[in-house]
Amino acid sequence: MGAGGMRFVDEFRDRDTARGVAASIDRLCEPGRRYGFMEICGGHTHTIYKHGIEDYLPEAVGLVHGPGCPVCVIPMGRVDDAIWIAEQDGVIMTSFGDLLRVPGSRGSFLEAKARGADIRMVYSPLDSLRIARENPDRRVVFMAIGFETTTPSTAMTVLRAAAEGLDNFAVFCNHVTIIPALEAILASPDLHIDGFIGPGHVSTVIGCEPYRFIAEERGKPFVVAGFEPLDILQSIQMLLLQLHEGRSEVENQYTRVVPWEGNKRALGAINEVMEPRPTFEWRGLGWIPDSAMQLREKYARFDAERLYSIPATRVSDPPACQCGEVLRGMIKPWECRVFGTACTPETPIGTCMVSSEGACAAYYNFGRFTRHRVRQASSA
Amino acid sequence: MTQRTEKEVLERIERIRRRPPRVTDERITLAHGAGGKATHTLIEALFLDAFRNPLLEPLEDQAVFTIGGARLAFTTDTYVVSPLFFPGGDIGDLAVNGTVNDLAVSGARPLYLSAGFVLEEGFPVADLRRITASMAAAAQRADVQIVTGDTKVVQRGKADACFVNTAGVGVLERPVTLSAKAARPGDAVIVSGPVGDHGITIMLARGELGIESDLRSDTAPLTELVGLLLDAAPRTRFIRDATRGGVATICNELAEASQVAVVLEEEAIPVRPEVRGASEILGIDPLYVACEGRFVAVVAGDEAEPAVAALRTHPEGERAAVIGRIADDPPGLVLVNTGFGGMRIVDMLVGDPLPRIC
Repeated sequence: MGAGGMRFVDEFRDRDTARGVAASIDRLCEPGRRYGFMEICGGHTHTIYKHGIEDYLPEAVGLVHGPGCPVCVIPMGRVDDAIWIAEQDGVIMTSFGDLLRVPGSRGSFLEAKARGADIRMVYSPLDSLRIARENPDRRVVFMAIGFETTTPSTAMTVLRAAAEGLDNFAVFCNHVTIIPALEAILASPDLHIDGFIGPGHVSTVIGCEPYRFIAEERGKPFVVAGFEPLDILQSIQMLLLQLHEGRSEVENQYTRVVPWEGNKRALGAINEVMEPRPTFEWRGLGWIPDSAMQLREKYARFDAERLYSIPATRVSDPPACQCGEVLRGMIKPWECRVFGTACTPETPIGTCMVSSEGACAAYYNFGRFTRHRVRQASSA
Repeated sequence: MTQRTEKEVLERIERIRRRPPRVTDERITLAHGAGGKATHTLIEALFLDAFRNPLLEPLEDQAVFTIGGARLAFTTDTYVVSPLFFPGGDIGDLAVNGTVNDLAVSGARPLYLSAGFVLEEGFPVADLRRITASMAAAAQRADVQIVTGDTKVVQRGKADACFVNTAGVGVLERPVTLSAKAARPGDAVIVSGPVGDHGITIMLARGELGIESDLRSDTAPLTELVGLLLDAAPRTRFIRDATRGGVATICNELAEASQVAVVLEEEAIPVRPEVRGASEILGIDPLYVACEGRFVAVVAGDEAEPAVAALRTHPEGERAAVIGRIADDPPGLVLVNTGFGGMRIVDMLVGDPLPRIC
């Protein structure tokens, strides 16, 4: 935006540097070869569309939007369960903002709120503790979602609640883990992916080591990337360079934030409070073993799943919805049967259309347009 | 099933988007009040359907009609802000300036306002006194009088402290007819000052983010700025104050009504560093954040320079800028050339901008 520079942001959005990286990307593409790179993280998808990064990429490089949008992978049944909890007597449900519009089979949090449920948006799980302190006669349930990026803050919140003896706070835990999801994607028979743009924020917690099997055993180069547009362009360049030189390694583009070994303290907090679930349902990807976290027995008094007899709703994805194929990178958002017609940001059928990080919503909101026509308009 | 091309899919989407909207929700949600697509659907499918008449149909922020040879502008707005008091203003300033501005952007001189209060049982009289004092000061500044009013008190819990409704009438003394339908290719898009100050101030004033800043609401009457603009750019097509839904929403309304493309230049859009910083943290776009003292205007391309120069002579127009232009293709869409050198669509939001998780 205009005047008023921002340190640590503007440097990573510089056009001239971008042109240089784009030229190098062009040179690294071998004639006649097509490249598919999956950006795993929804934050990357958002950046790619928000800044128009694809305008810098040659035709030969295609980006596939992966499963790393925490809102997008929540199955409808879990949303129904969360709404059920929110509708219990005395409950205040707290949630991050972009979950409010995610549809369950009986509508979203926003609609449950309109029916009378007390659902409040928070910016951090710690805000839930403040609400719990202010409402001692109510129970505050935090709808915890997200990958390893947000899991530590939920764990720390539980630890804080335990230290304060704040027994009217609970967590409805839906935290998921990235590695099992990547394994599920890699197992997909019709995968056309040459390399991965690795999730920057998740990696600040888990580090770079866990991705090694992808590069070394599956032969897919993997570059952990930051969230500014130049970070993403540079990581694409690094992936192409690996392919060009016949290497397949885990590399860290986001060294200013991601330590190779991750954040031991955050991992310690997760491990103290949570343990893996035997299995968990992912929207579009189905049931994946050891792919999500639950509270340990020791913290049972903060676990909404133990405090309430939750209906454990199972809702199959609407038959028309192809979120699963989008999340596995098998089809582009616009190739989905219902994209933009029955499924729009106003009336989302699949979760990919809800969050601004979802592949379909990002494409619909920001990129609903052939690049060819965009170039015409911008040069008119 | 036959394979559709991307182009066919996109064209089909645009056709669907042009269909008359329908309200499918069973209940009102907060999204219906956010000024985005849900609000538009409600207005077009429910209110317009029920009240349809030629003055309402253009869905401008005010109706303009002629009585006894005088062209009058008439508007109303209801104010429900939390907190009631915030840096740079309060609900009283907003209620006067908002209605004054809805009149001013039609080219009218605002004259008279009404004021209706819905008060919650238990509301401190001292607070009401503060609000009315700001309304009186704002009215004086905008050179309007509050000439009629109403008061209702509801039981505790049936309203949130204090709601204010104002209606206003003004007179059009200039021979201008401004309309969202009037933009044409080659026109320039102007904004009268930095965007998003008010909305971000309110978010910070709620104290939930724990961010401190010196940011103040931009609430102010726009009458003088509109006058400067119309003097400098007599072929001005359209002016609207960028309140709920921000600059992005207005540009979408404009693109739709005129069936043109609005092409914005991200780097040209004035945004204060505090607003930009808070927006980055929250993962929202300042283009969607409300202002209460800024307008977006479309002027003939050759009048853009003098228009901006004239606006900049006014303290509240110091950072006025040309932020984009009108093109013919693709009709109905708003595009932005990003600072990074790419391009994206700026669509209307469904509801409020929601902060992102991570």
